[in-house]
Amino acid sequence: MRLVALTVLIALAGCAATPPPKTAAAKTSATKQAPINKDPYPSTYKPYAGVPTLVRNVTIYDGEGGRIENGSVLFENGKVTSVGGAMADSSVPAGATVIDGTGKWVTPGVIDIHSHLGDYPSPGVDANSDGNEATGPVRAEVWAEHSVWPQDPGFSRALVNGGVTSLEILPGSANLFGGRSVVLKNVYARTVQGMKFPGAPYGLKMACGENPKRVYGGKGQMPATRMGNMAVNRQTWINAADYKRKLDKGEVVKRDLQLETLMGVLNGEILVQNHCYRADEMAQVIDMSKEFGYHVSAFHHAVESYKIADLLKENNICSAMWADWWGFKMESYDAINENIPLVDNAGACAIVHSDDPNGIQRLYQEAAKALADGRRMGIKISDEHAWMWLSYNPAKALGIAHKTGSLKPGKMADVVLWNGNPFSVYTRPEKVWIDGALMYDANDPKRKPVSDFELGQPGEGDVK
Amino acid sequence: MRPFHRRPGEGLGRVRFCAAVIFRVLIAAPAFAGATTSSAQNVAITGGTVVIGDGSAPISNGTVIISNGRVTAAGAGIVVQSGAQIIDARGKWVTAGIVAGFSRIGLAGVDAVGPTNDTSARSSPFNASLDVAAAINPDVAAIAVNRAAGVTRAIVSPEASPGAIFGGQGAVIDTAADPQAVMRAKLFQFVEFGEAGAERAGGSRPALYAWFRNALAEANDYARGKLREDSILKPQDAAALVPVITGRQKLVVHVESATDILAVLDLTKTYPALDLVLVGVSEGWRVAAQIAAAKVPVIASAVNDLPGSFETIAASQSSVGRMKAAGVELAIGMIDDNDTRQAMHAAQYAGNLVALTKIPGATGLNWNDAFAAITSKPADVMGLGGEIGSLKAGRRADVVIWDGDPLEVTTGVEAVWIDGVKQPLSTRQTRLRDRYATPAPGALPKAYDR
Repeated sequence: MRLVALTVLIALAGCAATPPPKTAAAKTSATKQAPINKDPYPSTYKPYAGVPTLVRNVTIYDGEGGRIENGSVLFENGKVTSVGGAMADSSVPAGATVIDGTGKWVTPGVIDIHSHLGDYPSPGVDANSDGNEATGPVRAEVWAEHSVWPQDPGFSRALVNGGVTSLEILPGSANLFGGRSVVLKNVYARTVQGMKFPGAPYGLKMACGENPKRVYGGKGQMPATRMGNMAVNRQTWINAADYKRKLDKGEVVKRDLQLETLMGVLNGEILVQNHCYRADEMAQVIDMSKEFGYHVSAFHHAVESYKIADLLKENNICSAMWADWWGFKMESYDAINENIPLVDNAGACAIVHSDDPNGIQRLYQEAAKALADGRRMGIKISDEHAWMWLSYNPAKALGIAHKTGSLKPGKMADVVLWNGNPFSVYTRPEKVWIDGALMYDANDPKRKPVSDFELGQPGEGDVK
Repeated sequence: MRPFHRRPGEGLGRVRFCAAVIFRVLIAAPAFAGATTSSAQNVAITGGTVVIGDGSAPISNGTVIISNGRVTAAGAGIVVQSGAQIIDARGKWVTAGIVAGFSRIGLAGVDAVGPTNDTSARSSPFNASLDVAAAINPDVAAIAVNRAAGVTRAIVSPEASPGAIFGGQGAVIDTAADPQAVMRAKLFQFVEFGEAGAERAGGSRPALYAWFRNALAEANDYARGKLREDSILKPQDAAALVPVITGRQKLVVHVESATDILAVLDLTKTYPALDLVLVGVSEGWRVAAQIAAAKVPVIASAVNDLPGSFETIAASQSSVGRMKAAGVELAIGMIDDNDTRQAMHAAQYAGNLVALTKIPGATGLNWNDAFAAITSKPADVMGLGGEIGSLKAGRRADVVIWDGDPLEVTTGVEAVWIDGVKQPLSTRQTRLRDRYATPAPGALPKAYDR
């Protein structure tokens, strides 16, 4: 349905063609390639103020497969400082806020590796529909962060209902190369720069299958088939390899945003996030990545990962999956409810993702469904292991696992206190800290964000 | 597919029909052996936590008796007659099957594959006369997938197409593994109001109301044999609206915003015979008292909380709870929410409403009301509460055994009966699961693994 609305964007695509003014520098014939600024839109995110906080008497899933009963989590200055069992009162730092979490759970914050919050925001009006630059099958030059509207009300729902502390915003899947993704902290800011996860690598969104061939084939353009998809992909990588070769040799080249992003992938600096449903197509992409010397970080949607879980493990590729979405399009027809546990059981990296502003509010429930379905077919998975699908594994596939995604000393204090077992439908976040700052508290209406869009509108401030 | 109409008490023939079908399946596919039971035999499901579905509390160590396709008794202290097949459900939950309050189940094989998708009719010259009954396909995977997840009945509606606000006539179906899915055809007429209705009517809400009033006037003309030659409605569509204007057929109105809800309720002043049901109703909490006073039932989208459009700006997960507290007759439905496939999510949504009861400032549903909102309430709202939606004596025996609390996301379905016939729970998804339990091929390719 999103793709239908794109025709409007296409009509507007010619508007931004004003050439930049020529400067003296541009006229100078350079003999050496000027260094490219790889971070021209830098993060200005700064953690909000927190207080040293100890949450104790809780069940902890540490995000890396560990579980502590009657545990304590201490964080100070935005970082986790201690995770363990009962903590003696004498060890509690002076002035720390101490929270008794008896009967409750603490986990690392949920990380959604596949979201369109901000680039397909609410309200879903054409004027805000900025997720797909569907004007050509190769649009590696666009950056999702240039579309993200930081006032999307969806960010607040993901925080309050979903315990989501970080998320990757991707361009849509109309294109083979959809552009760069951006990783955000789920903290409202006036600018998207104010939300950007400091130091997170960029991603490149790619897409297999039905969408690119339908969108461009429907316009009488290449690709119109899956073989067309692969041909355009390969030619694009050939061009990128050529560009990289020139730059590596120190040749002077004209700057090209598309090729710069692709070269970033070939240099291992930008992580490929590849929308791909079918097992056979994932296998084609794996061979293509070897042909051109890059690595796919994660297949997204990946409803047939269970058919090639061994191959995915062998190639160290994560699968970002839904628990039970199926049947909405031909390439999703073979989806099964046990996809996530089967991938996990094969030793491959499993991630629960949403691709949906509603689903992102219930990722922990989606993980619970997958976990239960896996157990019913005899796969033994512990709750604490399954939490990796929600935090550590997505962090790994985003290249931020050394900073967040688990409760380990020194890591960002992205923490959720749940009012019960988080693998239950009856449980919701009670408190959410991001970098140690309390950004949501179910018991304090002042710790609940309201986006600019909702301010002064009916229902503002309502418990959504 | 032949729609068939049946009044309460006519279930017996239906059950015999189902049993015969299952018997044929049994011969063709021995895998179903043991998954069927003679409809003539009494079945007693004993020892489980029984949930009637009418809003009453779960009953520990309860019994459910199925006889001739109907529930003959359910609750505590029920004596099991000798000769009954006894099914031990200790440690399990035994409940009424889920009734999908608003769905398009059975109308699409694969949503995006046009020839399999009968939800709307973009180029049809007809609208109100379109009848989904002919399109319900019990072979689509969504029927089996939802059956295996505990959904036993579904209210199935067409969509309105551009150029018309009426979508046509909806049905109630069962999800049994037999060729006869339609329980009752022409149960209601579906109409789009709000943003979608305005767009279909030509681009504004005034155009929508003009369209609606004209359509009702033309139906009235038709009923009196005076439909004009230059009418906007075709005679077939005008004829289809006659039972709507006389109140013999329900009018299911999709509406979301508070303003639009009030405008729709206001229609009953001009057309007092209309038998309205509202669906969607994301902003219902803002006008809950008015909805309750109008005694118009609601099939609500339970967990909508995003301002996805300007007509849902005040959407709140507390809407259902607040409407319930105001006295609105309420069921949960899933309009435009994967409604061709994911009706089973109604249980998860109901569970989320229970979760809200622990959130300061939020309003949810207690467990009993939440479960009723996906079983007896959809049936009641559609006027079918005497037939389906609960385990009260005399109802069709749509019974589900769960391995735990049916609203909990980790709970699975262990057995399903529809019209007293035990159902297969295998789907193409479970077959694929079993084939790929170990992904690498064995001595032969996976294609030989069945």
